[in-house]
Amino acid sequence: MSLDKQTVARIARLARLKVPEEELQGLAGELSGIMDWIEQLNSVDTSSVEPMNSVADLSLPMRQDKVTEGGHPARVLANAPGGAVYLEPGNPDAGGFFVVPKVVE
Amino acid sequence: MALIKGETGDWEMVIGLEVHAQVSSQAKLFSGAPTEFGADPNTQVSLVDAAMPGMLPVINAYCVEQAVRTGLGLKAQINLHSVFDRKNYFYADLPAGYQISQYKQPVVGEGVVVLDMKDADSREVGIERLHLEQDAGKSLHDQHPTQTYIDLNRAGVALMEIVSKPDMRNADEAAAYLTKLRSILRYLGTCDGNMEEGSMRCDVNVSVRKPGGELGTRCEIKNVNSIRFVKQAIEYEARRQIEVIEGGGKIVQQTRLFDSHKGETRSMRSKEEAHDYRYFPDPDLLPLVLAQDFVDGIKATLPELPDDKKARFVKDYGISVYDAGVMVAERETAEFFENVAKGRDPKLAVNWVMGDFFAMLNRRGLAIGDSPIKANQLGQLIDLIKDGTISGRIAKDLFIMMEESGKDPAVLVEEKGLKQVTDTGAIEAAVDQIIAANPDKVEQYRAKPTMLGWFVGQVMKSTGGKANPASVNELLKKKLDG
Repeated sequence: MSLDKQTVARIARLARLKVPEEELQGLAGELSGIMDWIEQLNSVDTSSVEPMNSVADLSLPMRQDKVTEGGHPARVLANAPGGAVYLEPGNPDAGGFFVVPKVVE
Repeated sequence: MALIKGETGDWEMVIGLEVHAQVSSQAKLFSGAPTEFGADPNTQVSLVDAAMPGMLPVINAYCVEQAVRTGLGLKAQINLHSVFDRKNYFYADLPAGYQISQYKQPVVGEGVVVLDMKDADSREVGIERLHLEQDAGKSLHDQHPTQTYIDLNRAGVALMEIVSKPDMRNADEAAAYLTKLRSILRYLGTCDGNMEEGSMRCDVNVSVRKPGGELGTRCEIKNVNSIRFVKQAIEYEARRQIEVIEGGGKIVQQTRLFDSHKGETRSMRSKEEAHDYRYFPDPDLLPLVLAQDFVDGIKATLPELPDDKKARFVKDYGISVYDAGVMVAERETAEFFENVAKGRDPKLAVNWVMGDFFAMLNRRGLAIGDSPIKANQLGQLIDLIKDGTISGRIAKDLFIMMEESGKDPAVLVEEKGLKQVTDTGAIEAAVDQIIAANPDKVEQYRAKPTMLGWFVGQVMKSTGGKANPASVNELLKKKLDG
């Protein structure tokens, strides 16, 4: 399977990666190589094998419906990359918003 | 079937709905943060919800149970093996850059919802699937000229996405589907169905075609938040599509928004490209494997659902299919009706509940649970009519007094002296007095026997409505004709 430049550009855009035009051709070659390798795996007949979801034979761990977290907006908002606005200046634990550039349609 | 007339003939709508129903849980689907509505921004966010690196999702067992319960309520296939996938897209209120959802292997498969239509012609709408997924956060665009504010309180809340088959053919059916689905969810207790608070939201898929012809290209109208708006959006969108096609144009598959102020749908600017979600199984989560015993256990605790209750009401109480449909729409109403009707005349019970009682709730803007008149009190009122203690007319007044005082009807009858006068002597006196005082009306009566009604009215008035109407009628006839 070979990927062309347009496909690589599209994948990059979907992943929000900025790839300069001159690098697209090279990446197309590399990605096509990876796809070829994966396709080799397709030559193995796995029709009688269950898909392996995990290397260990585990079942999905579950949690009770109990509130165990929350109530620490200051900690959560401390990580806001674009900053935060707080409801009450000087009291970040009263709550506030993440701030991002305008994204309205 | 409702067809729309166009310039080139009749058109038929094809409608499918995707409903997002918030699971009524304490904590979120994959974290222990609370779900309560209306909290201060970002006070209900765990580090899992904020997508901090290294945080791992752990599924809420209760949410799984509610999804299965809902599936059983929709008479749907329960998949004992289902898988959580990542749905990838970038948006400011989706911190992880993906939503955990279920794609190819949902927890619930095909089911059915029976619509209660006014013409008593029941229609079935197929359910395609139900899956569990996370809600996103909330974006506020109107707080600042160049910035958007993000509140992640809702991020990670458990949603059931319930997808119908494209089985609806007009806006009324879509409305009936939503009403019925909400009723089922409330009976099950898995979602409160509150569209104002956003715990039930609806995406509408609409296309048009010549009747019985090939399916047209559909448009999806996102996040319509009331049943009335769903109807308006469908009507508008179908007409828009017909105009485009009849004008020689083509429908482009797209996502549209409903503007409730203008009553129209409009295109969301090219989010189309983002529709490549690149789903893949979430490596943080193992498959969801359920035991048949677990499913059977939930099945054993299902309440009597609206359809079964309706059938039972028709059979046991002998009320009409339509009346039964109204009585079972809400669990509380059904319970109230049964308490009123048990051991009494069910038709009288229906009339009182649907008539004066509903009117009173509407007038006061009350939910049935907050009614000043309790079911046993309305039942007692009916008993008083039945055993002749009060007349039907007095019953209406008595109802208002009960509403205002919250007292038992028998107490009020005593207090206000409302007992029906069955003593013919007393009624006769009143009748004689009215006849004597109105010789001109007596003349008119001879020419026009329908005047009797006027006399009945006068006698009832002079006895304060307490005279037994049958006795009044009988006595008047005897005297006037005699």
